[in-house]
Amino acid sequence: MTSHLLSWITFTPLLGAFLLLCIPKRAHNSIRWIALATTAITAALVGLAFSLFRASEAGFQLVERAVWIPQFGVQYLLGMDGISFPMVVLTALISLMACLGSLTHIRVKGGREKEYYFLFLLLETGMMGTFLALDLFLFYIFWEVVLVPMYFLIGIWGGPRKEYAAIKFFLYTLAGSLFMLIGIVAVYFASSPHTFDMTLLTTMKYGLLFQKVVFLAFFLGFAIKVPVFPFHTWLPDAHVEAPTPISVILAGVLLKMGTYGFLRFSYPLFPDAARWFQPAMGVLAVVGIIYGGFIALAQTDFKKMVAYSSVSHMGFVLLGLAAMNADGFRGALLQMFNHGTITGGLFLLVGVLYDRAHTRDLNDFGGLGAKMPVYAGILTFFSLASLGLPGLSGFISEFLSLLGAYQYSKLITALSAIGILLAAAYLLYMIQRVLLGKLNPKWAALPDMNALELSTLVPLMVFIVAIGLYPKIILEYMIPTLDGLLGTIRGGI
Amino acid sequence: MGPVESLRHFIPELVLLGGAFTAFFLDFLLKNKRLVGYFALLTIVAAACLLKAPPKESLDLFYGFFHLDGFANLFRVLALIAVAATILIAFGFSPLRDRYEGEFYGLFLFMAFALITVAAANNLLMIFLSVEFVSILSYLLAGFLKNDLKAKESAVKYLLFGSVCSAVMLYGMSLLFGAAGSIDLPAIARVVDSPAMKPLGMIGLLCFFVGLGFKISMAPFHMWAPDVYEGAPTPVTAFLTVAPKALGFAVLMRVLASVFGESYRDWRQVLMWLSILTMTLGNLTAISQTNIKRFLAYSSIAQAGYILMGLAVFPSPLGKDGVLIYLFAYLFTNLGAFAVVSSVGDRTGSDEIASYSGLSERAPVSAALMTVFLLSLTGIPPLAGFLAKYYVFAAAVEARFITLVVVAAVNSAVAAYYYFRVIRTMYLVPADQPALPKPPVSAAAVTWLMAAGVLGIGLFPGFFIKLILG
Repeated sequence: MTSHLLSWITFTPLLGAFLLLCIPKRAHNSIRWIALATTAITAALVGLAFSLFRASEAGFQLVERAVWIPQFGVQYLLGMDGISFPMVVLTALISLMACLGSLTHIRVKGGREKEYYFLFLLLETGMMGTFLALDLFLFYIFWEVVLVPMYFLIGIWGGPRKEYAAIKFFLYTLAGSLFMLIGIVAVYFASSPHTFDMTLLTTMKYGLLFQKVVFLAFFLGFAIKVPVFPFHTWLPDAHVEAPTPISVILAGVLLKMGTYGFLRFSYPLFPDAARWFQPAMGVLAVVGIIYGGFIALAQTDFKKMVAYSSVSHMGFVLLGLAAMNADGFRGALLQMFNHGTITGGLFLLVGVLYDRAHTRDLNDFGGLGAKMPVYAGILTFFSLASLGLPGLSGFISEFLSLLGAYQYSKLITALSAIGILLAAAYLLYMIQRVLLGKLNPKWAALPDMNALELSTLVPLMVFIVAIGLYPKIILEYMIPTLDGLLGTIRGGI
Repeated sequence: MGPVESLRHFIPELVLLGGAFTAFFLDFLLKNKRLVGYFALLTIVAAACLLKAPPKESLDLFYGFFHLDGFANLFRVLALIAVAATILIAFGFSPLRDRYEGEFYGLFLFMAFALITVAAANNLLMIFLSVEFVSILSYLLAGFLKNDLKAKESAVKYLLFGSVCSAVMLYGMSLLFGAAGSIDLPAIARVVDSPAMKPLGMIGLLCFFVGLGFKISMAPFHMWAPDVYEGAPTPVTAFLTVAPKALGFAVLMRVLASVFGESYRDWRQVLMWLSILTMTLGNLTAISQTNIKRFLAYSSIAQAGYILMGLAVFPSPLGKDGVLIYLFAYLFTNLGAFAVVSSVGDRTGSDEIASYSGLSERAPVSAALMTVFLLSLTGIPPLAGFLAKYYVFAAAVEARFITLVVVAAVNSAVAAYYYFRVIRTMYLVPADQPALPKPPVSAAAVTWLMAAGVLGIGLFPGFFIKLILG
């Protein structure tokens, strides 16, 4: 099993999905247990990778290579390095939490559980594959495979405007990825010998004009996914309409696929173009941070507020990327992980409240702090983590991003810092409206969180505290690879 | 090669021809017309078994009237698959079940014969004859349900439109013949290659575009397609969207490759714009359709636009491969989709997209397979349609047709919208009608076979590319 560990990580969910197809529709308990067991086994396999992954090395590890389409030199090529490893861990963690969260949530939503968990597991395979594939063609396939289950998961189990949100998400992402496909094909024909193999492509040089054009093609694919302003308009719809566990996956994992694409493909393949577009990336990052923050401040819908805060926080990832230096890259990658755990947790918390009150209107709540003390504590914890309280993980990564950006442009850094201020504003304002003040008598009977809900949140809190207090535990996995990447980019200029 | 010698390589054709006559004869004798259908299937299987692997160097049969090579053989396989699948679809199509059912199968055997000669036809006369043979059979089949007003309209429209386009093509051929004094393609190629002949050659080429553009439903010669596809019996529609189109491409490729050489590169621009026009028109019009057959008709026009991308970059080998792969991927995908349309239409009695609402609960397997086919048409990996689209995109990028590939990408996104409209109806709209009964075995079998083809090409592309391109 250890010799094909990455394949097992990628395809265990798919095996579980096919197992589900063989179970009768009404065997609800078996369906749930199989889904949960599959995500747990996948997480365990990722845990196994810890013992095999050598953190101090920069290159790809646990590589699996096989010829898939000889006519185009397409390979089944999986590998893990310091960039993908944290993302795989995040995917396994968030999927497990989302699956736990689905146990009660989807039952409430009116069944069709077999289809739900089938699509859920298919989605997990797609996400894992996206982070592990090192062949551009294979990467594209996994990237697209993610879209289809997501469409159904939002479209079938979502909120009132689910159909609109689902197709909007799908079309936006598809349009972007089609341009990425053109870019991929262009890279293939520009390389000599023609190849899709990332380990070879990074050693090749392309002309500046070609780099710029193809960088833009990839940019469209990735930027829509992140989402970078002005491609973000699908995000609030999709996040708000999706059922809670799917919002968690959207925010926790899917958004990272875009920034991962920048780090994995755009920067090493087109270093000159990346340098050329550096100011643009910086500006887009700032606009995203500030714009997302202001819009979040204006929301009265709890979930929409968290969704827009995602735009703002993903801006810090982009900011770190735009800095193109060691601190910036570390901040960006760490922020990707932290945003996954923190915002994932916030979406779970929105879901907890919504399941009880069936509304998300912030102005409708108040005084819940006394009524639901455990919930209040955890919500405050996640909010503080999100607004960048020192000692929790969000602070470390945003600080690193800003540190990196400062070395690039002081103006951009100063403007981005406003984003932290805004985060404090909208999160504390939210806490004030939900937890403090006078209790709305409507909610006098709300029960506090149950054990299942706690079990989805506590592991995330462990990560947030651990990284916040001692970031080295995760940074030491990232740094060798990121430094190597920086070397490649500098070498290319 | 003389006629007697040639017969040795002509056995599958002869089997089909003999089978067709026998089928009509059996139709007189047998009460149970379904048996004629079984006989037709058997004939096709026999012909398929007799298809020999293509010879290394190509064979000129009947003094050069036919040109048997790997290319022709490939289209013979494609034609036989299409006809066999259509007959299987027709087994489950109840409006056929009256006294004409036997003739239907007989006509399809003739169709199979006509189709497998088209790809091998190697001079002007044979090309025109075989294309006309396919057309006339298509007119008959489109209007086969003769008590159905829509079918009648469809047949007449098809006939009128087809005749005009054929006449234009014939006119072009006559010009070429007049110039070269020969109906032989290589002889014509030698003559029209001289600069003085170029204007005439260009007119001849454009006339080919008209005649064959009609077959492949290329804009602006596509107007017949929606009405014909909607009115024709569903199995016939399934067939018409696939086989005549593929053969139209086969002839076009043969003519382009063997007659119009280096000095006629201007037509690449013409084809590029026609490709853009075709896919854009097809996609934009498909959005507002409410009838699933009409909807798939427009989708098939758009798909023809994508296939034309492979021709526009002629003579790039990748473009030619792209067309072939695309045609096979499209064969499985579209026949599969129509197999579902036929069996659902038969069970609900309606071809409106609205009647698909909640299909995921009423007929889960049909809905799931239909989704696979629609995703393949959208070009989502890992399905056949994606590989096909990848091929033509790659060919266009390689030839630096950047405008074309960007337009195609935008079009694909638009197409996703309307394909997902059907998926939405099946999965997101709650069921308001009772569950459907199980489909007949033949319909289920053909749907699963086509799905296997779609998934197989998508998951093991290396194997299939080798099979198709050698």
